Amino acid sequence: MSSIEERVKKIVVEQLGVEEDQVTADASFVDDLGADSLDTVELVMALEEEFDCEIPDEEAENIQTLGQAVAYIEEHCEK
Amino acid sequence: MEGKIAIVTGASRGIGQAIALELAARGATVVGTATSEKGAQAIGDYFEQAGLKGYGKVLDVTQAEQIDALVKWVNDELGTPTILVNNAGITRDNLLMRMQEDAWQAIIDTNLTSVFRMSKAVLRGMMKARQGRIISIASVVGLMGNAGQTNYAAAKAGIMGFSKSLAREVGPRGITVNVVAPGFIDTDMTRALPDAQRQALIGQIPLQRLGEPEDIAKAVAFLASDEASYITGQTLSVNGGMVMP
Repeated sequence: MSSIEERVKKIVVEQLGVEEDQVTADASFVDDLGADSLDTVELVMALEEEFDCEIPDEEAENIQTLGQAVAYIEEHCEK
Repeated sequence: MEGKIAIVTGASRGIGQAIALELAARGATVVGTATSEKGAQAIGDYFEQAGLKGYGKVLDVTQAEQIDALVKWVNDELGTPTILVNNAGITRDNLLMRMQEDAWQAIIDTNLTSVFRMSKAVLRGMMKARQGRIISIASVVGLMGNAGQTNYAAAKAGIMGFSKSLAREVGPRGITVNVVAPGFIDTDMTRALPDAQRQALIGQIPLQRLGEPEDIAKAVAFLASDEASYITGQTLSVNGGMVMP
């Protein structure tokens, strides 16, 4: 079983079409990894699917990096 | 359209039936919906008679849970639907002075909000598939207005604005969103008109006849095809020249 971080990273790599080593904990999806608004929505939806939990819009806005995504999932999506 | 999965709402008769048969004839696997068990049965029967791949399903487009259940069934049993035709619609005509709010709400809910619900339900799969065709059936009435149809015209014009906005949102994923606006088509809906009114209508149509459901079906099939991949956010009028927007 891979860690939450590995699973999130895999989704980010797939969704944004970037290399794995670009996806550092602090790299901004939008500013560093070139995500547009549609990408970020899709990313959040993919995370919801993978971890089977709902991420409300106002929370989703605060998920801008791998680190933030992992922190949110660890706290809210026990799985 | 071999291998593509299509959903056509309001497919038991008239324009919806013609669209479902046309898409199936071009190779798509079509799921047609109707509000009643009898209607769903009729859809299954006409596919079978034509020797085409298709299914009839019961769906009330005003019920979000039914929509989710239908889309889930299609995904599980057939695959990701990448063609959606929003055709289901009703009329509750009256002069505005006499129109009750429930007649207004019923039309907005069934003819416009249904387009929002259906589109949203299939969009996730289309985004993942990086392809999709959403085609909604509006009406010439949404372009020119019609006395006695403020509710219907508002819903149909609403579909056009909705589709232009959605086309901008999902264009980057290869999904196109278009509208077909039929003129007066020879269906149960127009057969209800008195003869004199029918003749007067025909007098305003340069091609001097009512349209056939197949005229609309061909336009929808074109927009659903690969040939139309560079067309999005458009309203295609199929009305015999009655209105030239």
